[in-house]
Amino acid sequence: MIAEAGLAALWLAGALALLQLVLTILALAQDRPELRAAIRPVAVVQGLLTALAMLALILVFARSDMSVLLVAENSHSMKPFLYKVAGAWGNHEGSMLLWVTILGIAGAAVAWFERRLDERTLIATLGAQAAIALGFFAFLLIASNPFARLDPPAAEGRGLNPLLQDPGLAFHPPTLYVGYVGLSVAFSFAVGALITRNVGPAFARAVRPWILGAWIFLTLGITAGSYWAYYELGWGGWWFWDPVENASLMPWLAATALLHSVSVLATRDGLRAWTVMLAVVAFSMSMIGTFLVRSGVLTSVHSFAVDPARGTFILVLLALYIGGALALFGARIGTVRAGNTFDPVSREAGLVVNNLLLSVILGIVLIGTLYPLVAQAFGVKLSVGKPFFDETVGPIALVLMAALAAGPLLRWRRDRLSALRDRMTVPIAVALLSVAGIAVFARGAGVLPTLGLGLAAGLAVASVAPLWRRALRRTPLFTYGMVLAHLGVAVSVAGMAAESAFTQEQLVAVHVGQPVDVGPFVVRLSGVRPTVGDNWSAIEGVLRVSPQDGGPDFTLRPQQRFFSAPPTVTSEAAIKTTLGGQLYTVLGEADGTGRRQLRLWWKPFVTLIWLGGGMIAAGGALSLIGRVRRERKAARREEEMGWA
Amino acid sequence: MTKFILWLPLALFALLVAVVASGVVQPKDTAIHSQMVDKTLPQFALDPMVNGKPGLSSADYGKGGPRLLNVFASWCLPCIAEAPQLIALEQRGVPIDAIAVRDDPADVRKFLARNGDPYARIGDDARADVQLALGSSGVPETFVIGADGHIVAQHIGAIRPEDIPEIMHLLEKAQ
Repeated sequence: MIAEAGLAALWLAGALALLQLVLTILALAQDRPELRAAIRPVAVVQGLLTALAMLALILVFARSDMSVLLVAENSHSMKPFLYKVAGAWGNHEGSMLLWVTILGIAGAAVAWFERRLDERTLIATLGAQAAIALGFFAFLLIASNPFARLDPPAAEGRGLNPLLQDPGLAFHPPTLYVGYVGLSVAFSFAVGALITRNVGPAFARAVRPWILGAWIFLTLGITAGSYWAYYELGWGGWWFWDPVENASLMPWLAATALLHSVSVLATRDGLRAWTVMLAVVAFSMSMIGTFLVRSGVLTSVHSFAVDPARGTFILVLLALYIGGALALFGARIGTVRAGNTFDPVSREAGLVVNNLLLSVILGIVLIGTLYPLVAQAFGVKLSVGKPFFDETVGPIALVLMAALAAGPLLRWRRDRLSALRDRMTVPIAVALLSVAGIAVFARGAGVLPTLGLGLAAGLAVASVAPLWRRALRRTPLFTYGMVLAHLGVAVSVAGMAAESAFTQEQLVAVHVGQPVDVGPFVVRLSGVRPTVGDNWSAIEGVLRVSPQDGGPDFTLRPQQRFFSAPPTVTSEAAIKTTLGGQLYTVLGEADGTGRRQLRLWWKPFVTLIWLGGGMIAAGGALSLIGRVRRERKAARREEEMGWA
Repeated sequence: MTKFILWLPLALFALLVAVVASGVVQPKDTAIHSQMVDKTLPQFALDPMVNGKPGLSSADYGKGGPRLLNVFASWCLPCIAEAPQLIALEQRGVPIDAIAVRDDPADVRKFLARNGDPYARIGDDARADVQLALGSSGVPETFVIGADGHIVAQHIGAIRPEDIPEIMHLLEKAQ
């Protein structure tokens, strides 16, 4: 019954999306207030119904209802409860339903909360949101029904990929999806604004909180995903330029550019066409990412079911939406009045440089990700890997960091180069001193990591500089947000550079008791023993670790886990985090002569990578709160003055 | 000029869709191609699989002319389908060696008695170590080994009658 209820809710929600689209078209064509009044409630109910469908799916997974095909294929009655629930979105159909749910809730939220946008543009926006939702409802109901029954029911489920049995997976995809789909709101706003030819500061101020919100979740999702891959996959790396990783990075890059250009539009009424373009591009990247992961056209370590039929379906949706939006852009943006211009030395110009650099990186990642596909079209098989991306993206990212340091120190509209030079003296000195220090005391760190560490130090100083000599209590919250986010970038880059420059690796086969030096530790294998968990058994290595500086010993227990449903072996790394970095240990095979393989890494300051990611997201959250508060205050003031 | 720039994103996107669509439409090639093609044969030495026929080692290559190296097993059905083509190749004077993967001497003898025996040597690869070293991922597979001991080409799956001209051509080239 629950499954049927879920399916019914999904059909109803799809029907409401269609109704919403039709109402929008009629309301824009004819001036009838009752049509306009109907659109908001329809959007809200549509959102509630999709949420209900998702809830139904979670319920059938939680109850291990093996008469539902999806549950039988992806779950198991022996599974811990958290992973039963997470199993609802750990597969193709469920994750697409989650996608539609977030889309529906986002549409409902726009209908419910958005009061600042003029009514026609808001209606057009809700219509665009309905059009996107409609396509994905069709996709779910026609090609990927998550509620399909299995008759007769299976006696037992096939289980969930054990790699996915981790708290990281329970929360990582939903976080990322909120970010992906949140960008659909920016897309719909852009389409709405193009339809009513209303691209201006009011539009920018209305859309900015939505972009910020989506961007915060994207940042968190990517950061969490990176850490999850790092400790769960057991190969000691934190970013691999895998197509699935790139699929989440590309919308983030576009959203970061959009976030900055929308500020120019909101504050100075400049960059109109560019901002609208970026809004379209950002969500397009979300959809392209979804498509690449779902269609199986690119092979990746963590792609889902390979299914050309579904791939074609999403490709058609993609072509319709993005193509439609770009066509609308081409036809309409010429009729939008050009915005304000600005001097080559100004905050605006700094933000344009930031936007261009981010776009170049986005272009490189996109080309690198799609290149194997292009090559395949010409009959060549190849893969583009980490070396290509590191070498191409790395240098541009360093230039971007320099721009990031200078940008916030520029004044809006017009500034003097000499003034900027004065403000940049201290950060530049710090950066140069750091580079010199590393070159002297840590030779062989490599050119890029050394520059990265130096720039990170300079950027850290430049990031807090906007607070210098300011009345700190009267400084707006969003300025603190910007400072924190930029500081987070410096912290993250410092972590990346330190990790790549100073990591020590030991791949050894050892007897019990034999000492191995790695970084500031001596590691001894004191034994190997069996152990069991909820739905796995494991071989556990007991590692006795002594810090070389004489601190207290501690024990690490890396495991090789055996899951029976489906039969799989996973490697569970054991990690010790200290202030100076992480000791990362992985248990390998026995080599047949009484020795055990161990893989040990000492990664100095690696945790800064994710700490920085968290700071960036927290900075975004501060900005969001600051912006929303200020908008509220402005609205209240207008009301009091009798304008509203 | 400005007009043109406004439509550029759409044009680029159309190009992207065309490329991706070609990727979706193309049939997926899921075969795993060996990384060893164009490289020298890896070092190995395998015991004889059946009485009266020598085993196989990498030292047997690099002298004389090009040879075929067939990876097979008695438990493999496509290998039965392939057998007539191997016999035909042998009758045309092509030297063929074999690696029997995870197999049993009695079963191999039965397989050869039923399907013919085109092999000069048969090595016993009980744990599939040599098969993996060759970059082969299934049975049957056939490698064309050049006169100088290089792996010239890899044929994945059974050799069908229509594949014979191509194989003869490769052997001539590898002279």
